[in-house]
Amino acid sequence: MKILVCISQVPDTSTKIVLKDNNTAINNQGVTYVINPYDEWYALIRALELKEAGIAGDVHLVTVGKADTEPVIRKALALGGDEAIRIDADSNDPYETANYIAEYAKTIGYDLILCGKESIDYNNGAVGAMLAELLDADYIGFASDIQIAENTATVKREIEGGEETDISNLPLVIACQKGVAEARIPNMRGIMAARTRPLKVVTPAAVSAVTSILSYELPPAKAGIKLVSPDNMAELVELLHAEAKVI
Amino acid sequence: MSEIESVKAIKGGEFLIRETQADSIFIPEEWNEEQLMIAETCTNFLAQNVVPNLNRIDEQEEGLMPHLMEEAGALGLLSISIPEEYGGFGKDFKTSMLVTEKLGAGNSFSVAFSAHTGIGTLPILYYGNDAQKEKYIPKLASGEWKGAYCLTEPGAGSDANSGKARAKLSADGKYYLLTGQKMWITNAGFADIFTVFAKIDDDENLSAFIVEKGFEGLSLNTEEHKMGIKGSSTRQVFFNDCKVPVENLLSERQNGFKIAVNILNLGRIKLGGATVGASKEVINASIRYANEREQFGRPISKYGAIRYKLAQQAIRTYSSESAIYRASQNMEEATEMYEASGLDAIKAKLKGTEQYAIEAAIIKVHASETLDYVVDEGVQIYGGMGYSAEAPMDRAYRDSRINRIFEGTNEINRMLTVDMMLKRAMKGELDLMGPAQKVAGELVSVPDFGGSDDDGLFSKEKKYIANFKKAVLMVAGAAVQKLMAQLGKEQEVLMCLADMLIELYVSESLQLRVEKLVGLKGEDACKEKLDIMRVYINDAAEHIAKSGKEAINSFAEGDERRMMLMGLKRFTKTEDINTTEARRNIAAKLISENKYCY
Repeated sequence: MKILVCISQVPDTSTKIVLKDNNTAINNQGVTYVINPYDEWYALIRALELKEAGIAGDVHLVTVGKADTEPVIRKALALGGDEAIRIDADSNDPYETANYIAEYAKTIGYDLILCGKESIDYNNGAVGAMLAELLDADYIGFASDIQIAENTATVKREIEGGEETDISNLPLVIACQKGVAEARIPNMRGIMAARTRPLKVVTPAAVSAVTSILSYELPPAKAGIKLVSPDNMAELVELLHAEAKVI
Repeated sequence: MSEIESVKAIKGGEFLIRETQADSIFIPEEWNEEQLMIAETCTNFLAQNVVPNLNRIDEQEEGLMPHLMEEAGALGLLSISIPEEYGGFGKDFKTSMLVTEKLGAGNSFSVAFSAHTGIGTLPILYYGNDAQKEKYIPKLASGEWKGAYCLTEPGAGSDANSGKARAKLSADGKYYLLTGQKMWITNAGFADIFTVFAKIDDDENLSAFIVEKGFEGLSLNTEEHKMGIKGSSTRQVFFNDCKVPVENLLSERQNGFKIAVNILNLGRIKLGGATVGASKEVINASIRYANEREQFGRPISKYGAIRYKLAQQAIRTYSSESAIYRASQNMEEATEMYEASGLDAIKAKLKGTEQYAIEAAIIKVHASETLDYVVDEGVQIYGGMGYSAEAPMDRAYRDSRINRIFEGTNEINRMLTVDMMLKRAMKGELDLMGPAQKVAGELVSVPDFGGSDDDGLFSKEKKYIANFKKAVLMVAGAAVQKLMAQLGKEQEVLMCLADMLIELYVSESLQLRVEKLVGLKGEDACKEKLDIMRVYINDAAEHIAKSGKEAINSFAEGDERRMMLMGLKRFTKTEDINTTEARRNIAAKLISENKYCY
């Protein structure tokens, strides 16, 4: 069984986002990039667990990005994986990204594709589902547990107010979240092996983006917190009505 | 090429008489991708395994610390620079220093880690025979066995060779029977392997033995109650006719003191790395708190008094760090040269490290005192919460204090700094006399009014540092001449000289680092680092002037004293700069990034 894990590079969560070019771009000077946590902690680690359990054979990692994303993909390789693929394109458009990955995936024929439920930068949460559609595979989102036996996946996923268990045949695309696996720390052996594991650079397929970003806006500064005594409900109601205008 | 010739280019202690080129030093801004990944693994390990358990660690929960050591071992962190043939990763010294630095933020865990990987493992790795290394190193490298080092005794601390522990050969010649009492033994409670120092019969010098926990006659006292590093195991170890197989004698008979000293050289610079790691973490907490805590309607980080402290914490930490990695690189280069001249890898490593023993002692003192400053101001920034055992500064403050005591007290290290420098001069390895006489000549010549052809970005600082060297040479030269053999007993003078050397070495390391960095990234990207350099060197000039004055006044009189004091004034003169503004700039970046960012 061949698994493909989609890896996205995102700014470290402590990054202070600074905009440039009249708010049409993010200033990436001094920004530290990390592997998207949903891709790393859940999708990649579960793929490695399946390999370690003898269920999966090869685990490949794929990212869409220019050469500056290679440190992040190598970081992922330090955790494990047999091969990495970098599709040489810069894209913020989920449709374009999904197409790039799908075109490459078709050339190999993966049984299982794992990705995070969303990337923590643009939070579209769309690539996984689009990828499944483009590959004509089934899709399960918000997975919190993945078990594979023979050609069948049993996947638990969160639904409104509860949990649902889906059973699906492979090939399958699963978007992972908390619960799928436990985060790991790359060990010295993995870090040293990361350098020697193959990292293929692939030319992107000819696809056009269907969305574009016109401008960015930073969230409004956090307003101060007002504490109201529990004995003074009238004041709270007045504040919610007159100031916060929510009632 | 002979051994001496081949290492001519690199010599420890030469910073006093030679100029160093900025591009020849290593700076931490040059870590490669793999090294950064290793550093991140260390940081993540602390965040996930150590920090959430700090209280349990300090309570010495049964089995927790050895378990954490095993987890670190599973990640490969106990064997970074152990040769691959013994299950390690064979990484260079700088990389193992980086790991020590990152794990240095782990409070008591850092102490257990440093003791295990340093004094617990290295004596066997460096001095063991093949059989000893094959038996012990792989298990120490993996963390399956934990190591400890037994040198100190109740009556033998700084004067280690005066220990009372004795070993005598058993009647059948198969064992050494070891008798004695060792104290302050880090990791003793869970160690499997002890490197023990004792004199055989009536030998003049110590020998070293590898003692396994299970050897008959070894027993442990209860845990010591300590001011800090409460989670690290510290016990007395008793040897009562402890049966040590003769094949467990480490190295040759009476070679123990040399082992102890050489291992300590490494331990000292490593302690520097660990304390810099701890300093950065305490600064992180200080900045976060200063940004969150509001008084008079504003975060306290908006106030100048707090900004000063944050800036000063960063200035001292960045400076210590500059010296540590400069010396680490020098040790590596010296090791490579010794190896190229035909020494085996381990002998070359020991000689390479010994070559920079002066710098190691300087770094031990500077970095441990930096951490003490950083935690002290950390408590102050936290205010009342700083004094609460519920907040992180309490532990940081108590844990810091030991660093000025172990691996040779800072007083011993200060004396060693001067002593080693003078001994090298007397042996002809370092030409201090020539330069010292030249400086003495300068005292009676027309003063240099500071005009220089060089008007580059670093011209002033380079000139100041060249002058600091003259100040040290003048005071040290005069002290040697005046006090002759008595100098060793004039400890106050030695302390002053050591402080001058320390400030000189750190100032120069810092200036070279910033110069190299500006070359790599441009002046605009290094504004705050230029400020750090300017403030540190400005303050160093005052420290050097004060220490020099105190020394001169203690041994010189009349015209000679006046002349030297004038010379000192000239050699420590710097142009006035607005240090308040510079510190504000340094602090502003820390505050805006909400973390240590230099």
